[in-house]
Amino acid sequence: MSEAVKQKEPLFSPKNKKLIFNPLSKENPITVQVLGICSALAVTAKLEPAFVMSVSVMAVLAAANVIISMLRNTIPSRIRIIVQLVIVAALVILVDQVLKAFAYDVSKQLSVFVGLIITNCILMGRLEAFAMGNKPWPAFLDGIGNAMGYAWILITIAFVRELFGSGTIWNYPVMENLGLYDIGYKNNGFMILPPMALIVVGIIIWIQRSRDKELVEEK
Amino acid sequence: MKALRNYLDKIKPQFEKGGKLEKLHSTFEAFETFLFVPDKVTFKGSHIRDSFDMKRAMIVVVVALIPALLFGMWNTGYWHFKSLGETVGFWDMFFYGFLKILPIIVVSYVVGLGIEFAFAQHRGHEVNEGYLVSGMLIPLIVPADIPLWMLAIAVVFAVVIGKEVFGGTGMNILNPALTARAFLFFAYPQDMSGDKVWIAEKADAFSGATPLGNALVGNFDNFPSVHDLFFGFVPGSVGETSTIAILIGAAILLFTGIASWRVMFSVFAGGYIMGLIFNFFGANAYMELPAYYHLIMGGFAFGAVFMATDPVTASQTNRGKYIYGFLIGFMAVIIRVVNPAYPEGMMLAILLMNVFAPLIDHYVVESNIKRRLKRIKVKA
Repeated sequence: MSEAVKQKEPLFSPKNKKLIFNPLSKENPITVQVLGICSALAVTAKLEPAFVMSVSVMAVLAAANVIISMLRNTIPSRIRIIVQLVIVAALVILVDQVLKAFAYDVSKQLSVFVGLIITNCILMGRLEAFAMGNKPWPAFLDGIGNAMGYAWILITIAFVRELFGSGTIWNYPVMENLGLYDIGYKNNGFMILPPMALIVVGIIIWIQRSRDKELVEEK
Repeated sequence: MKALRNYLDKIKPQFEKGGKLEKLHSTFEAFETFLFVPDKVTFKGSHIRDSFDMKRAMIVVVVALIPALLFGMWNTGYWHFKSLGETVGFWDMFFYGFLKILPIIVVSYVVGLGIEFAFAQHRGHEVNEGYLVSGMLIPLIVPADIPLWMLAIAVVFAVVIGKEVFGGTGMNILNPALTARAFLFFAYPQDMSGDKVWIAEKADAFSGATPLGNALVGNFDNFPSVHDLFFGFVPGSVGETSTIAILIGAAILLFTGIASWRVMFSVFAGGYIMGLIFNFFGANAYMELPAYYHLIMGGFAFGAVFMATDPVTASQTNRGKYIYGFLIGFMAVIIRVVNPAYPEGMMLAILLMNVFAPLIDHYVVESNIKRRLKRIKVKA
C-alpha cells in the first residue's frame, strides 16, 4: 500500500468544503435529488417539529455515515443494505429515546416520523453513494452537508406554512400581534394541508432552477 | 375607429424591435389585437387564415356567460332583500347585486391580467387571452359575499401555480378558474361553504343554506321545486343557480362551435345515470331524490357547460370526450351523495378528470392504432 506516500490532506480542503456546501444548493437532497419528500410533507406544518426533525436527521446521518465509512472494507457487499439498516435503526432508536426524554411534546408531535428516519431516502442514498466509498472524515462532512441541505428546505417550508397557515412563527402569534385578524384577515387552511408543502417545494425548485440554469434538464 | 387605427400605427414603431419601448411590446400587441383583427399572414403551409383567433373565441365565451351573470346579479339582490324581509322592485334587487358583484369582477380581472401581463413581459411572448374567460368564470363560482382579498389571493394562486408554471395558456393541466375555487374551498372553508355565506349581508335568523347543503344533511323540508331550481331562485354561487340562463350560454357556445357538445352531453348523461343508480338503491332520502334534480341543482349545469368543456383541459379525442364527460357527471353525483364533507362534487370531479384527460386520450389513440393494425394484418 502506498498510502504513506500520499500527501496528507488539510481538514477543510476545497474538496471537503464542497462536500458541505454543494448539498445546500446544487446537489440539494430535496430540491434536486428529490429525496426525503415524505417527511418534508409530514413535519413542516410548524417550525418546531421541522427544526427538531432536521436536527435528528443530521445526528443520524452524520453518525451513520461515519460508522459505515469505518466499516466499509469489512462489509460484504451482498449484505451491505441490511448492515446499513441495522446501524441506522440503532441510531434512530437512540435519537427517539433522547427526544422522548428531553423534548416529549415535540416527540409526540413527530410521532412515527422519527422512527421513519430509517426509511428516509436521503440516508440510504448517502450511505450507498458516499459512505461506502470514502473515508470517515469526508463521510462525516458529507452527512452534515446533506442534512443541512435537507434542514434549510424543511425550515423554509415550515416557516411559510406556519406563518400563513397558523399565523405564528415558532408559536409566537405574529399575525395577531400585527392586528391583522381585526381587519378581516384569516389563516389559510390550505397551508396546513400536506399538498401545500409540495407546492412550496415546487416553488423553491422553480426559483432555484430559474437562477441556476445548469439544473434544467435537456429536453 | 379610423383615428384609433391611425394612432396605433403612429405609436407602433416605438414598440417594435429597436424602439425605445421595446420591452413593452407584448403589452402593446395585446391591446392592438384586442382592438383590431390581427393582419398577420402566413408564409408557408396553408394560406387561408380565419380572423377568428383565440381572442375572439374567448370573447364569445364571455358573451355566453352574460345571461348567467345578469341572473346572478338579480338573484344576489333577491335573496338579500328576502332575508331581510323587505320587498323592493326588480331594479333595486338587480342594482344591489350589481354593486356586490362588480368589485369581484374588477378584482378578478385586474389581478389576473396583471399577472398575465407581467409574465408575458418577462418571458417576452405575447399576452395570452386565456384569462379573459377565467376572469369572468371566477366571479361566477364564488359566493357574492366573498372578501375581496381572498379572491385576489386565489386568483394569484390559480394563475401562477395553475397556469404559468406549466407555461401559460394552453399548457395548463387544471382549469384555472376551478383551481381558484378549489384553493378558496380548502384555504377558507368557513367562507366558502355552510349556510352563512351564500346570501350577501343576510339577516342572522334566515337560513341561507343551499339546496345541496340541505340535501347533504338530509333536510328535505321546503326543498325547492323543480321550477325554482331550473330558473334559479335558490341561494348559491353567483352564476351557478339558474339552469335556464346557463342553457342560453350553452346554446351560444354550441351554435358557434366553441364548446364540444360531446363533453356537455356526456356530463349530463353521466350525472343522470349515476342519479338513477342511486335511485335504484334508495338507501336514504338523498339517494331517492329524482335523478334529474342532480342536473339542475348546485353547480352541475354550470360546470358541465363552462368548465368541463374547457378545450385545454378536456380530452382531445372524440371518444375520449365521451369518457371524460361521462366520468365527470358520474363522479360529481357520487361525491355529492356519498361524501359527507363536500356538499358539491362538481368542482372536484372536473379537477380530477382534468388530471386524467391525457391518460384517456393516450388509451383512445393506442386502441385506435391497435384496431387499424389489426385491419392490415387481416388483409395480409
